[in-house]
Amino acid sequence: MAPRRFQITLEGHGVASAYENERVLVALERAQGFGQLKNMPRRLPVGCRRGGCGICRVRVESGEYRADAMSRAHVTPHDEAEGVVLSCCIYPLSDLSLRLETPVAVKAKGERALQPV
Amino acid sequence: MAISGVLRPSFIQIRVLDMPAAIDYYTKRIGFHQVCEGPDGRVYLKSADEFDHHSLVLRRADSAGIDMMAFKCLEDADLDRFEKRVTEYGFAVDHVKAGEMPGAGRRIGFTIASGHRIELLAKSDMSAPHPRTHNPDVWDVEPHGMRARRFDHALLYGPDIEKNLDFFTKVLDFRCAERVDMPDGLLAIWLTCGMKAHDIAFVKYPEPNKLHHIAFDLESWNDVGHAADILTRYDISIDIGPTRHGITRGQTIYFFDPSGNRCEVFAGGYTYYPDLPTRTWDEQQVGKGIFYYERKMNDAFLTVVT
Repeated sequence: MAPRRFQITLEGHGVASAYENERVLVALERAQGFGQLKNMPRRLPVGCRRGGCGICRVRVESGEYRADAMSRAHVTPHDEAEGVVLSCCIYPLSDLSLRLETPVAVKAKGERALQPV
Repeated sequence: MAISGVLRPSFIQIRVLDMPAAIDYYTKRIGFHQVCEGPDGRVYLKSADEFDHHSLVLRRADSAGIDMMAFKCLEDADLDRFEKRVTEYGFAVDHVKAGEMPGAGRRIGFTIASGHRIELLAKSDMSAPHPRTHNPDVWDVEPHGMRARRFDHALLYGPDIEKNLDFFTKVLDFRCAERVDMPDGLLAIWLTCGMKAHDIAFVKYPEPNKLHHIAFDLESWNDVGHAADILTRYDISIDIGPTRHGITRGQTIYFFDPSGNRCEVFAGGYTYYPDLPTRTWDEQQVGKGIFYYERKMNDAFLTVVT
């Protein structure tokens, strides 16, 4: 018989599904893998590290840098003029102050690949 | 001939941000050879172990990702047969003349439900280097870099993959070797047109026409280890591995090209026969299906695409 399935709500972060025959922590780890947990204690958004995927967008609040080519699907010329760049593609030329920015793809979609079930 | 119609992946065309960096990476690190540069600036590459003119096409662009993936058919008449079936299914078919790409015969193309352009062709010139056909050595040109033997498959992300499954199986005669079913529906499919565990795969994703990875075949688990040494030596961006997939059983590393397109080197994988059942995975065990040793997906698997 199939194990029973329950919903585990992690307050403020989302809902995970867990089965009766597994540790809740294992279910939460799986939920994190599925992107079902939001606003977890900040983990650095790391993706391709080469300017293609857009996950690591930041706003440079102050400081000087140089930049490699980065995907225009994630950083428009207007963004770049405002200091919004992919942190994997910039190199510091002075002290920098950065703020994490929502990746364009996620912002445009308004949803993640999978919603909490 | 038992295998007919659509035989195997032929080539994939991807976008790169920096062409010289991409050529350097795919030739020196992956171990491909540059065949030529076309008049429009696209660059054509292949493994020395492949006969056909090219298996990888690079196009300079302002964003990374996939332009199209093409499959090789056995005979020219297959293109007419598939054009009829694709059209009857309801997708518009267009024609690309022979020679639009150096060394490639005429192609038919169409856009599938997930937003990806798929092409079929039946003819390709041979280009150097290729294996000898008379008294062949195991290699003619000494393998270098990661020693990739061929462009093997691609994993693509997009919506409506149920429709992709229906289309590929009903119209192109693929079979579904493995699938992941979540409580809210189909998450992923691995499709084969021959005897490999997969030739193309899809994962459900809200944005259309996305690329998860292009994969290169290696000879052995030992070569996967050698590829890992190359990744670290040349500071190539790594995603995960060396590890193994439960799905297909392939031994693998995920990493990124200089434009952020994910690549895979892949060794092994089981032999598929058309009478075999579809292997299925559920929500509880899918982590093991994706990464067999870690037993869970990493943060990037479902979110980092180009």
